[in-house]
Amino acid sequence: MRIKVEVAKCEGHNRCFVVAGELFELDDSGYAHEVNDGKVPADLEEKARLAVTNCPELAISIDEDK
Amino acid sequence: MTTEPAKARTEPVKDWATDYDIFDAGYVKDPFPVWDELREKCPVAHTERWGGSWMPTTYEDLRKIAANVEIFSSRNPLVANDGEPTEEVGAELEEQFSVGAPPISSDPPIHTWSRALLLPKFSIKEVARYEEETRELCRSLIDGFVDKGRADAAADYAQQIPSRVIASMLGIPQERAGDFTDWVRGFLEYGLTNVDLRSGAAMQILSFLNEQIQERQANPGDDLISYLLEAKTEGAPDPIPPTHVLGTCFLLLVAGIDTTWSSIGSAMWHLAQNPDDCKRLIDEPELITSAVEELLRAYSPVTMAREVTRDAEYNGCPMQENDKILMNFPAANRDPAKFDKPDEVILDREVNPHIAFGVGIHRCAGSNLARMEMKVAIEEWLKRIPEFRLEDPEAVTWAGGQVRGPRKCAVVF
Repeated sequence: MRIKVEVAKCEGHNRCFVVAGELFELDDSGYAHEVNDGKVPADLEEKARLAVTNCPELAISIDEDK
Repeated sequence: MTTEPAKARTEPVKDWATDYDIFDAGYVKDPFPVWDELREKCPVAHTERWGGSWMPTTYEDLRKIAANVEIFSSRNPLVANDGEPTEEVGAELEEQFSVGAPPISSDPPIHTWSRALLLPKFSIKEVARYEEETRELCRSLIDGFVDKGRADAAADYAQQIPSRVIASMLGIPQERAGDFTDWVRGFLEYGLTNVDLRSGAAMQILSFLNEQIQERQANPGDDLISYLLEAKTEGAPDPIPPTHVLGTCFLLLVAGIDTTWSSIGSAMWHLAQNPDDCKRLIDEPELITSAVEELLRAYSPVTMAREVTRDAEYNGCPMQENDKILMNFPAANRDPAKFDKPDEVILDREVNPHIAFGVGIHRCAGSNLARMEMKVAIEEWLKRIPEFRLEDPEAVTWAGGQVRGPRKCAVVF
């Protein structure tokens, strides 16, 4: 599984970072970026999905097959 | 937009879809059934009251309107349109306040840089610097009433917190916190439907902040005002004009106080009636993070406004240039199309993309600060007062309009 934050859509709600801090980092302005090239370890897949569903901007996409 | 003062029509509302009144006492106290009815019957309602406005109530409409910043401008985010101030106040105000309250009252491109200036000071990491002093503040407030067995959770507690935290960030003596509260209520609460009262309150805030800015220009310190005066960011004028700093400080003071106090107050009101939730938060303290999000969703305090920049039809509604749109984020957060069991407070709700802080480019810049204050206020209260209840549910009073929250909320313990 891979995740990606669409930078243009992120408005810095920080919800992804709070629910899945292992998968995202925040820059100084609070915008989120995926870490480790977006690769999601198997044990964090559920958290990755929660990051997607909690984002009010629909800024995070998930690719289950990569 | 009309410059005629809006008439305070007092006749009761018969049809909420075509004649809603956001200041109706029953609505302020319990708006939820009205939102349910509107979402079903007429998801974008209209009224001529208070200068006229449209009011979307579904999550999807709020998201779409917030995203379209070209048609839906933020040039005047106040929810009531009650005309221009009397000439004398108006001229002075205009001169002092020519830039508005950026970035909340700005559209791109000014919005872009004025927001970029602020965001680094409101990151999770930055607001954590104020957590310990917020805890101490909460403890000292509780010390003041814990032995009495009774307190007003709104006036003695919630209301006292944000004004002192924002004063600390701005480097302003906390003794002025009481003044800030009075001024902000004058501007956003009592003054929302009285333009002269509102302008007078704005003048007090602006004169005070002007003095503070001059003081920081002479003696810079480690505070937000000094930071703004020296900040640089892409696209921004260098230096940032003091009028702009004044507008932004005005925003920080006005937007940082009664919004957060209303959230804390609503949380206390909820907890006072739900001992099981108190017990859960005490037994499972790690739930506080999702609990804060859930309380924000269920009791979202803030409605902002947009203005239509050109005639446009939206969802079948013939909107005209300068029409006002009330961004009913609180109603969106109770939309059953988006949230499972929207009227239930579920402290560990897993899927909660609420838009209590707005959505799109105007997402509340202070959201992390508000979250920190709510978390600390709830945690510190429950440590000392794990069991409490409303003294008299009927005696609780609410403010509404721009910002909804309890103003009197006596509890016993």
